[in-house]
Amino acid sequence: MAGMKRFYMGLAGIAVVGSGALWVTNRRAASIVPLGPIPMDAIVSGREFQGYVQGSDDAPVTIIEYADFQCPGCQAAWLLTVQDLKARLVTAGTVKFIFRDFPLEIHDKARQAHHAAACADEQGQFWPMHDTLFANQGQWSPSAGVAERIFRGYAETVGLNVEEYDACMAEGRYRGRIQASYEGGIQLGVSSTPTMIIGDQMFGGLTYDQLKRVVDSLVVEPTQ
Amino acid sequence: MIAATLSLIGVFVSVYLAMWKLGWMGIMACGTGSCQSVQLSPYAYVFGIPVAFLGVFGYLATLVLSLASLQPKFITDRRVTLGLIVVSGIGVAFTAYLSYLEAFVINAWCRWCLFSAAIIVGVFVSSLFGLRNQPNELSVGSPA
Repeated sequence: MAGMKRFYMGLAGIAVVGSGALWVTNRRAASIVPLGPIPMDAIVSGREFQGYVQGSDDAPVTIIEYADFQCPGCQAAWLLTVQDLKARLVTAGTVKFIFRDFPLEIHDKARQAHHAAACADEQGQFWPMHDTLFANQGQWSPSAGVAERIFRGYAETVGLNVEEYDACMAEGRYRGRIQASYEGGIQLGVSSTPTMIIGDQMFGGLTYDQLKRVVDSLVVEPTQ
Repeated sequence: MIAATLSLIGVFVSVYLAMWKLGWMGIMACGTGSCQSVQLSPYAYVFGIPVAFLGVFGYLATLVLSLASLQPKFITDRRVTLGLIVVSGIGVAFTAYLSYLEAFVINAWCRWCLFSAAIIVGVFVSSLFGLRNQPNELSVGSPA
């Protein structure tokens, strides 16, 4: 009986140490939420940013996508259209693709997601972060109040210097730029996401085939 | 006793991974491994359920069974130990499948997964020894 008592005390000890380790780890998990009003001068200077660009400046067609990382339609567009667009038309030099932030007010974590991507861009990892955010939208979008911790995990996954990322997020360094992008979209008439601007035409979600037809209509020689 | 101790440790490992999955743990403590690559891969889910959650239930089951097998009323009843062998055996098979995915599909190793693999193998082996050493009703009831 004494042996069993020692055994149960040992188990209780493991339970206490394990629970304590979980609690401490949970407490240490940084909560980084850029809050508060955005200074006007940050928005004004943010207007200089033209978006995240992939492709050649010499490409005959420019496609601008206004998207929201938390929008399911944008995730579908990324999965079904944008990846093909990049693999075929951007790589071939036919299209210059520009992604612009358009975080909708109805999406509670969109601003943080766009800011995380902007901080990743600072370290040259916007596109891996962009892909990670869309690929894992189902994980972070419904999470209750912990999305910023998940984004921090993504930052590490895509190879960011996490200390620099933390500083960028804590400072809210790109809030003005994101707001400027949003306001720029509004001025162009963007009212929903995803919105694709191809040449001087504006579209909602397009399949790759639909998009390619539009691109083909704008170039002299049809694309592959 | 070994199976119960290992199961309890397994519970905490899988609870940690489950809490990380929920976004409650910040950056995963992983050293030089590729835990997040593994945990963020599509293979970290089975029928839409995160593997870490399955681990919590699995280890809780082996913990309950191993503690039950130590109770006086089950000391000669092999069914509980057999149940422990079945549950931990399923765990070992599932872990082997996950390790195969890490090695040949994901091409990344998660230290927590390897630690969990060692734990479930330990539970399984100790339960086999437990069954071998367990007195049955005839031997307990027969005269010396």
